[in-house]
Amino acid sequence: MMAAPQAKMTANQERLAALSLPEGGTWAMAARGAALDRLRAMGLPERRDEYWKFTRPDSLVQAEAPKAALFDTGGEAEMFGGVDRLRIVFVDGVFDAEASDDLALEGVRIERLAEAGQSDIHWAKDTYGVLEERGQTPVARPLAALNTALATDGVLIHVTAAASKPINLIYIHKSDTSDAVLHHIVKLDADTEATILENGPAAARFNKVMEVEVGDGATFHHVRTQGRDHERRAATHIFARLGTKSAFKSFTMTANGVMTRNECVIELTGDDATAHVAGAAMGDGDFHHDDTVFITHDAERCESRQVFKKVLRNGATGVFQGKILVKAGAQKTDGYQISQALLLEDDSQFLAKPELEIYADDVACSHGSTTGAIDEDALYYLRARGVPKAIATDLLTLAFLAEAVEEISDEALRGEINSRLEGWLERRRG
Amino acid sequence: MLEIKNLHVDLEEEDKTILKGVNLTVEAGKVHAIMGPNGSGKSTLSYVLSGRDGYTVTEGSATLEGEDILEMEPEERAAAGLFLAFQYPVEIPGVGNMTFLRTAMNAQRKARGEDEISAADFLKLVREKAKTLKIDADMLKRPVNVGFSGGEKKRNEILQMAMLEPKMCILDETDSGLDVDAMKLVSEGVNALRDAGRGFLVITHYQRLLDHIKPDVVHIMFDGRIIKTGGPELALEVEKNGYADILSEVA
Repeated sequence: MMAAPQAKMTANQERLAALSLPEGGTWAMAARGAALDRLRAMGLPERRDEYWKFTRPDSLVQAEAPKAALFDTGGEAEMFGGVDRLRIVFVDGVFDAEASDDLALEGVRIERLAEAGQSDIHWAKDTYGVLEERGQTPVARPLAALNTALATDGVLIHVTAAASKPINLIYIHKSDTSDAVLHHIVKLDADTEATILENGPAAARFNKVMEVEVGDGATFHHVRTQGRDHERRAATHIFARLGTKSAFKSFTMTANGVMTRNECVIELTGDDATAHVAGAAMGDGDFHHDDTVFITHDAERCESRQVFKKVLRNGATGVFQGKILVKAGAQKTDGYQISQALLLEDDSQFLAKPELEIYADDVACSHGSTTGAIDEDALYYLRARGVPKAIATDLLTLAFLAEAVEEISDEALRGEINSRLEGWLERRRG
Repeated sequence: MLEIKNLHVDLEEEDKTILKGVNLTVEAGKVHAIMGPNGSGKSTLSYVLSGRDGYTVTEGSATLEGEDILEMEPEERAAAGLFLAFQYPVEIPGVGNMTFLRTAMNAQRKARGEDEISAADFLKLVREKAKTLKIDADMLKRPVNVGFSGGEKKRNEILQMAMLEPKMCILDETDSGLDVDAMKLVSEGVNALRDAGRGFLVITHYQRLLDHIKPDVVHIMFDGRIIKTGGPELALEVEKNGYADILSEVA
């Protein structure tokens, strides 16, 4: 019998076959091995995949990271500089001990994955890759499995009481070819509270996963900025599981970037839990920004809110894929979703796919999606009161983003975000 | 103060002529009223003077203290001292009323080469003016006109006028949608601003607003022209007999 001719492997298949796992302790090796098996079974994202219909995965999955020039912010003040926080710095995806504060914070234990992963037993083994794996159904998220398999650095944050100040993960981009993979875990014990801040462009290409276990009655705050290196690419995932009466609040501001795919996968597993995810994104030209959110209600009386706003200029593209899945028995669910784009020039585009899938009969879910230009009547009104056109346009743009920014509970953090949004608009004033 | 000569205006989209030669001069210290049936061009006149898009001036001129305002951007007209109290004030979600007022005030000051008002002075001033118009702290904090009743919106217009202290105020059907009490409040606000250096052009359908804001001169507008001008008694005549008599008299 003749052997069948070997089919030519695609670039994705070649990359998968060539992947090798980093060394580590027993639990980390087991998690990485399992993730690689998952990944090989699902394959890397392809252009024809339904979940990648609006965003081309090529540059995120190819073996080499495309080059990304560094952006000179011109000595601008550090993000979150006005907030007392614990700074943890990564340069091109590698922890920088010298630039970081001591990893000591009241109410919190912080360790590096690079070290904890070498041990044979660790609490993180019950979370690392576990929430990611749960998030692989019903929709595959191969880049997250890739991350779990390959990550060697990141932080493991165990919150055992109210954290005394926010923890700021700072991602510095230094090399124009860097390909960074970071995997963080945040575990909040019952009735604790913590705030995680993230900022910086991270690398030429950045793959990041954060798994968040929010215990009963605990509160997790997350404020992230992704800016402003335009050529950088990022694929990020947040996987969160929420216990009874817990709260999860995440806000992301994105300014610039040729490729950003932010996925957020949340499971409400305890009654009376709350999850809010919000984003404000702004970009010009070949800016491409994708928010993909999947919220599963699997308990009673939970509330979820998705608020995503994008300001798109000169041909920029915005994508929103947002889903609320209400399982049978998740009665009294309150789900809200809004995605809106403000197109400042006609050739920009916004592609939105809002979805509701409901198996309980006593729920209130609503969703809306709009695409529009600046309100001419409002613009005229402001100008008739003496506000110049450019300033009036900025004021209306900030007003458009306000609903998303208001999702940040802390006033000082909200102020930091607002001043960055204003700065971005000011620099583009005609 | 405001001098309008032979003003002809087309509506851009419909290729329709709305104003067909308006002549009108408002002197400093005087209150002029324009009355006229629906569709006579009263609101168009106010929009053209304030610089709204969608209108083309085909002939004539409009000057404010000798300066050609038709060539100016809307914000330049405002800085030059022109103010239009809108018939339908616009709701602006996400922009706080106070932020709006302060931005407008400072933008005008900057355009005139003056110093910005300090936060403390602004706050003091806005509280004082708001109080006389019965505008509470909550209304000041809320987004511009969002969730305001018809009366609240009109009071908010007068508050802006009081804060910005324009030279020439145009009130476009400020009485529409107002109950008796609100009309009184708004009129008092306007009367408090009457000043030897300030001109007013009050556009209205009804005489009743003119009971509160007493005009010096009343004009009747019809089909894009001012067809009759007189004293306050002209408004009373309209109230009594409608426009029919005047129209037949002119025709």
